[in-house]
Amino acid sequence: MGESAVPLASGPSDPSGSTGEALLSVRGLTKHFGTNVAVDDVSFDIARGGSLAIVGESGSGKTTIAKMVVGLLAPTSGTITTCGHDRSTPARGAAERRRRGAEVQIVFQDPYSSLDPRQSGASAIDEVLALHRGGSSADRALRVAELGDLVGLDDRQLRALPKALSGGQRQRVAIARALAAEPQLLILDESVAALDVSIQAQVLNLLADVRADTGVSYLLISHDLAVVRQITDDVIVMHRGVVVERGATRDVLDHPQAAYTRLLRASVPTPGWRPRRRSEWTDAPDLSDVSDVSAG
Amino acid sequence: MSAADGRLLDVASLAVQLPVGGELRTVLHDVSFHIGPGEALGLVGESGSGKSMTARAIARLLPAGAVTTGTISYAGGDVTALKGAALRSYRAEVAMVFQDPRAHINPVRRIGDFMTEALRTNHGVSKADAVARAIGLLAEVGIADGQRRLEQHPHELSGGLLQRVMIASALLTEPRLLLADEPTTALDVTTQADVMAILDDLRRERGMALLFITHDLELASAVCDRTAVMYAGQLVEQRTSSQLHDDPLHPYTAGLVGARPRIDGDVTRLAAIPGRPRSAYEAPAGCAFADRCEHVEDACGEARPPLEPIEDGFVRCRRATELRGMLRAGGRHG
Amino acid sequence: MSLVELPTTAVPPARRRLAGRGLPLLRGTGLVGHLCAIVLLGALLVAVFGAAIAPHDPDLTNLSFAFVGRFQDHYLGFDSQGRDLLSRLLAGARTSILGPLVVVLLSMLFGTVLAIATAWKGGRFDTIVSAALDVLFAFPAIVLAIIASVVIEPGLKAASLALSVAYTPYIARVLRSAALRERSRDYIAALEVQGLRAWVICVRHLGRNMLPIIVAQGTILFGYAMVDLAAISFLGLGVQPPQADWGVMVATGQSGVLQGYPMESLCAGLCIVVVVIAVNLLGERLSDRSTLVTR
Repeated sequence: MGESAVPLASGPSDPSGSTGEALLSVRGLTKHFGTNVAVDDVSFDIARGGSLAIVGESGSGKTTIAKMVVGLLAPTSGTITTCGHDRSTPARGAAERRRRGAEVQIVFQDPYSSLDPRQSGASAIDEVLALHRGGSSADRALRVAELGDLVGLDDRQLRALPKALSGGQRQRVAIARALAAEPQLLILDESVAALDVSIQAQVLNLLADVRADTGVSYLLISHDLAVVRQITDDVIVMHRGVVVERGATRDVLDHPQAAYTRLLRASVPTPGWRPRRRSEWTDAPDLSDVSDVSAG
Repeated sequence: MSAADGRLLDVASLAVQLPVGGELRTVLHDVSFHIGPGEALGLVGESGSGKSMTARAIARLLPAGAVTTGTISYAGGDVTALKGAALRSYRAEVAMVFQDPRAHINPVRRIGDFMTEALRTNHGVSKADAVARAIGLLAEVGIADGQRRLEQHPHELSGGLLQRVMIASALLTEPRLLLADEPTTALDVTTQADVMAILDDLRRERGMALLFITHDLELASAVCDRTAVMYAGQLVEQRTSSQLHDDPLHPYTAGLVGARPRIDGDVTRLAAIPGRPRSAYEAPAGCAFADRCEHVEDACGEARPPLEPIEDGFVRCRRATELRGMLRAGGRHG
Repeated sequence: MSLVELPTTAVPPARRRLAGRGLPLLRGTGLVGHLCAIVLLGALLVAVFGAAIAPHDPDLTNLSFAFVGRFQDHYLGFDSQGRDLLSRLLAGARTSILGPLVVVLLSMLFGTVLAIATAWKGGRFDTIVSAALDVLFAFPAIVLAIIASVVIEPGLKAASLALSVAYTPYIARVLRSAALRERSRDYIAALEVQGLRAWVICVRHLGRNMLPIIVAQGTILFGYAMVDLAAISFLGLGVQPPQADWGVMVATGQSGVLQGYPMESLCAGLCIVVVVIAVNLLGERLSDRSTLVTR
């Protein structure tokens, strides 16, 4: 419902366009938690090889969308289609689960909880390869080394347990593990948010390289507009479960239309920036969250 | 006397070691800076740089067994030697705000109890006066219905609101120096802007000094007169905030600026600093940044360079003068 | 952010120093842990070879030797029926240790499976199973043992089975919270997303990462099981006389205690106490270690 209130920039992710080319197609996606509407009638497409960001603050519903697309959460209503296959209902049977795994993968935010503490990176990647590709263990070992190369991990780092790796290295393992299934779409759920600035730059460069090398599409979930600009072509801006603006990332960030997007854009510190009190915003959108209880 | 020469807080050659696994591990090494009355200093660094530990040393909140050398003096007095009543009155003058407000507030007590407890027990203020003061300060941080808020429990407040409560309660004792340790890192970006604006206004109105700790160079520049950059437990550069961004003198500062993606322009490839941030105990023997620096020479590994004064600040790089002006260009392509 | 290294300082230096030494299985349990392991290894050897190395026939009665003290190679003397006490202690070790072992293995198996299943499925399944376990929790182990001895027949089998069932709710409850914690971590979600079968994830990842807690809980449970089984045997519902068993010996020795011959009850009781203390001390240390490992 929020969508219709906002002029839709036409671009590759315009839901009114043809869905024939779409890798991921989301229509009327809604999620209720009890009486709380976390995601309200959201639609978008990602073209093959495209890169879309969902940007918003806590409570915007962006992570809930990621969980529904990847299959960790069932939508209340709406459809999610990848490569022509519906994935909005739970998978039936091992074969379908595996096929869905080969279509969409995810890299989480916290590098300290996203790896099994008792499993080396090589073993984690090998487990995925055995599931999706099979083949001899020698073949798989070769592929593990290739994936390690792709994400910049050497043999010693691949064989180390997660506790011996830094946050950036763990995130590289998580990326390699996700890519091992050769997914069409990789969801990056705040995947660089927990990293130090200097490490974040390395991983952002890596993600750009991976996309260029493999042609994988990205769905980036982020609160960080600069990161969004760095690795996505298109963006949708969400506020309280509703899409408030969408379009090409560059256009939306350079010429934000919706009041909320303007506030978001103006809140990012840049050289010469001064912080402004919310009360100084004459056209501020309804941000009464100040009085709300946020679940964090 | 220190206060007379325009310094409220003076940190000189501060070094801190913490006991880890039965041995002492260096977390801070030769940290020196000063803050004048009403002045704001930013302290910027990545994980393990020692920025939070510096604030904890000043607030006398280091863990048991920590070994501190060097001096921290506040208004001319030695902070490390304070005890009892003197320490309590120091803490009334030097307040601290933390990154995670929820971890620093008793979840089962009301906001009102939390805000007025110190005033009533340590400063003998009557209950009515303490409550009136709390409501007044809540209004100053943009919380209009203070009376109602005082009756609420922490879980009923959002993160941004709770951080405002923490700032208000830090200001109850009218401190002259506020130590703010990543106070907005856990908040949404629009809330961050709001909280920073409030913090900045309050500081200016009250002439309060601020030590602002953050990982965000731009955020520090926006609210601080001077900004210091820390790496591996040492200060590597300290400048007026605008200079730091436009004319960095230390390769690490330039690296931090170049590594951050931009919101207002397109960068095809980020100038990432290779390797990962070092903690003080694992840094190379000479210059701590030598193993990640693209301008490193053999001589950089020989001795730890001192923090040397340069025009409007200090820098810890033996090639600073020679590299000046080349760092931005050098860091941008890549 | 720079405080991430801090938590390690919370570990006492002494504990840290021992952390790197010792046998892999016992690493981090310290000197006490190793001593306890030696005591338990000894007890286990006696349980296996006790009957074989017993100097005399443990069941041979000779009423003329009743309550006779140390005599020739009868180092601990005789019990009320003139049987060699040392031989009965050695022979009794087997049921006394085997019983609790069976109880621990069974209740850990039931408890772990229920804990992981409820944590994994959640929702209504979790609610129903948890409620059923709470009901079971209300039955004292002794009552279950009485029921079992009536339904089956009095003996070690019935007593062990009853205790296993009685302990299951306790184990399931403790392990469920550990399973929930592990379940909520992102790596489990990542494996689900890959398309792995739920039971594969549970066995290969979730269960394996709970192993330190499972081992620690099992060790502590062993002590309880030993004492409870002895109590059940004491009541006459467990191991049946004349079979040698430490719990039975404490019971049959009570007539001697009244007459001023406490050796039988005392020796059997001491054996139970030593093994239980060793097991509990080791279990506690293993448990501490598992919380250290999982932060």
